[in-house]
Amino acid sequence: MRVTKSLALASAGLLLATSLAMAQSTEIRVGAPLEPPALDPTAGAAEAIDVVVYQNVFEGLTRIDQNGAVQSGLASEWTISEDGLTYDFKLHDGVTFHDGTSFDAEDVKFTFDRILAENSVNAQKALYEAIESVTVVDPLTVEIKLSRPDGLFLFNIGRGDAVIVAPESAENNATQPIGTGPFAFVQWDRGSRVILEQYGPYWGEKPALTKATYVFISDMATMTNALLAGDVDGTYNFSAEALPVFENNPQFKVLVGTTEGETILSTNNAKEPFNKLEVRQAMAHAINRQEIIDGATYGYGVPIGSHFAPHNPYYIDLTNTYPFDLDKAKELLAQAGYPDGFSATLKLPPVNYATVSGQIIASDFAKIGIKLELINMEWAQWLEDVFANKDFDLTIISHVEPFDIGIYANPDYYFGYNNPEFQALNETLNATTDEAKRKELAQEMQTIIAKDAVNGYLFELAQTGVWNAKLDGMWQNAPVEGVVLRDVHWVE
Amino acid sequence: MTLYILRRLAGFLVTLLIAAAVIFLLLDLLPGDPARFILGINATPESVAALRLQMGLDDPAILRFGNWLLGMFRGDFGMSQTQKLPVADLIAARMAVTLPLTLFAMVVSIVIGLPLGILAAMHRGKPLDTILMVIAQAGVAVPNFWFGMLLTLLFAVILRWLPTGGFTPWHENPIAAFRGLLLPGLALALPQAAILARVMRTALVDVSTQDFIRTARAKGMTFGQAMWRHGVRNAFLPVLTILGLQFAFLIAGTIIVENVFFLPGLGRLIATAVTERDLVLVRSATIILVLAVSATMLIVDIAYGFVDPRLRERGA
Repeated sequence: MRVTKSLALASAGLLLATSLAMAQSTEIRVGAPLEPPALDPTAGAAEAIDVVVYQNVFEGLTRIDQNGAVQSGLASEWTISEDGLTYDFKLHDGVTFHDGTSFDAEDVKFTFDRILAENSVNAQKALYEAIESVTVVDPLTVEIKLSRPDGLFLFNIGRGDAVIVAPESAENNATQPIGTGPFAFVQWDRGSRVILEQYGPYWGEKPALTKATYVFISDMATMTNALLAGDVDGTYNFSAEALPVFENNPQFKVLVGTTEGETILSTNNAKEPFNKLEVRQAMAHAINRQEIIDGATYGYGVPIGSHFAPHNPYYIDLTNTYPFDLDKAKELLAQAGYPDGFSATLKLPPVNYATVSGQIIASDFAKIGIKLELINMEWAQWLEDVFANKDFDLTIISHVEPFDIGIYANPDYYFGYNNPEFQALNETLNATTDEAKRKELAQEMQTIIAKDAVNGYLFELAQTGVWNAKLDGMWQNAPVEGVVLRDVHWVE
Repeated sequence: MTLYILRRLAGFLVTLLIAAAVIFLLLDLLPGDPARFILGINATPESVAALRLQMGLDDPAILRFGNWLLGMFRGDFGMSQTQKLPVADLIAARMAVTLPLTLFAMVVSIVIGLPLGILAAMHRGKPLDTILMVIAQAGVAVPNFWFGMLLTLLFAVILRWLPTGGFTPWHENPIAAFRGLLLPGLALALPQAAILARVMRTALVDVSTQDFIRTARAKGMTFGQAMWRHGVRNAFLPVLTILGLQFAFLIAGTIIVENVFFLPGLGRLIATAVTERDLVLVRSATIILVLAVSATMLIVDIAYGFVDPRLRERGA
């Protein structure tokens, strides 16, 4: 049955393709470096899942736009109570899931109950733990009560992890995703591609594209060839070292935007000798940001001096807290009791920015007597050793969560930073809704961790997309994970 | 004869059991938590625990091993933990790419490699022999994925005759499917052809100094006739051995070429599954490969028994 259906759709797509070949194309083939293991964004952390389905197949109550602002999604409007604890959402009428079932307040309740359930396998469950209850007021009204005010609540319910799913289909979303978005899932040829098609009865504005194919190409040289040969129309985040091929080619456009990825030299603050402030300060003085950015990101990264995204309105520039100064670094090391330096390990996950940054940092650290042993690891092993078991000295990783400075308030987090003053500030920030006050608090928090040199702050990852010059409407920035096709269209 | 077959069969089963135990043990010792991999760095410990429970990772190793063996006995290879599909279906789908690709590469390498090897042997010591063997040496030394990239650059990027990669399912468009296998097939075949040419030449040269060739010449045949009637057949034995090895290598060893041409083949399936710690998929896929190779060997052994009575008696 499924085969026949996808066959019929495929041949319909083929007919459509031929009849439209004369006119303007309404199809796109997007190159993606990683194939998602499954397609349910509420049951996995892989970015590759959101790249395919976020805002395309699935939608949430709110939606994040390409500048990181919250827009209305399946909820047309909402009111927030005075104390910031009760949210009343009005839902859009006439919304259907791709299997034809209708969307209403019960689906919203089901979605959040599922996230918060005892046996939930949501990768971001912690973001929604402030939710106390979800009540269906009427089929088009939902009331969500929080146990504490949460300044990021509206943002968080717009993420891929909180897209609305239906009780009828949620079980099978991993292989057969059913959402309310402008594109419906058609077919997944494992190991090669996923095909989406425009969903006719979509409740909102129709997208310009009728069909989108995600093609999975992991090899960088192959992706370059596929772009050059026109076998794919673009890719959303391409290796910086390959960009020169496309920068001066009029057939392509290179979109350089921001991400939420603070790339840091994560330091095990709970372990000798990194529990000494002078040691961390010495390392901070030995970090040459520009050299690292040039080497690891071909100049596309943006220097950071704390754990905060430079494009965020709350950002303050702290890159000069500990300027690159090897003499000062040596002095601090001597003060800490390590005049001859020490040896440590640097465990590196399998991503290019980490391996290259690691080599540059190791050579600079050697100049002040810190001898680093570089250990390359697979993701699964890195997650277990470094992240779960905290068995590491140093590592390099990009923290891609938006507004995630709160991780420094968790003393059990893998880098082991325990500062009660910071923890108190974080609690105040979470409970504050006044913008000016929030900004002040956030800046104070940025300053504290910068001065404490908790981790080595390197750079904000850039998003570097390569697209056919005739394509328009792609997201330039990546405030959340996803390749949103809603506004993408061909221009002549 | 029955005893001989029974003994071979027992050996086959023991091999499988040992292989299964080794595979299971190695994968279990591999560092990395599959549940943590799926849920990433922001997951709460409760979510990870819930997923571990759902994936059955917390059962004792011996129980999981037993369940796996029992399942396979019933022909059930389990469900992929990350893709949530039956492993058997996943592997069957990949075989639709890997098997035709392997066969195509084998045929091309034979068609190119054997004649060139024979030609070189016929012109042994002459300039043609030297030129052919230098080319073959280069072919052996050059990695197949590099060949692949060169082929892509020429035929896909510059000439645009063929796609840079990817695979259209056979049922959708058989011609497009074949076009997708053309370049990767050539990339795999050329280095194999170079190896075959060298082996073929060496084997022929060895045979040409044998007594039976001299006898044939003495009967009045020219060297060419003697080699064609008696030499080539005898030289085929080492060539067949190499062909068998190449086939096994191609079935599982095409990961890099599959990556270069982004083909949904078996090698890439297993490599991804290892990265994602999809233990059920990795071990079942591996045991299926072991099964395929051991079964082939069992059949060959039994066939030897029929052909060669000495083996039969020694076995009994």
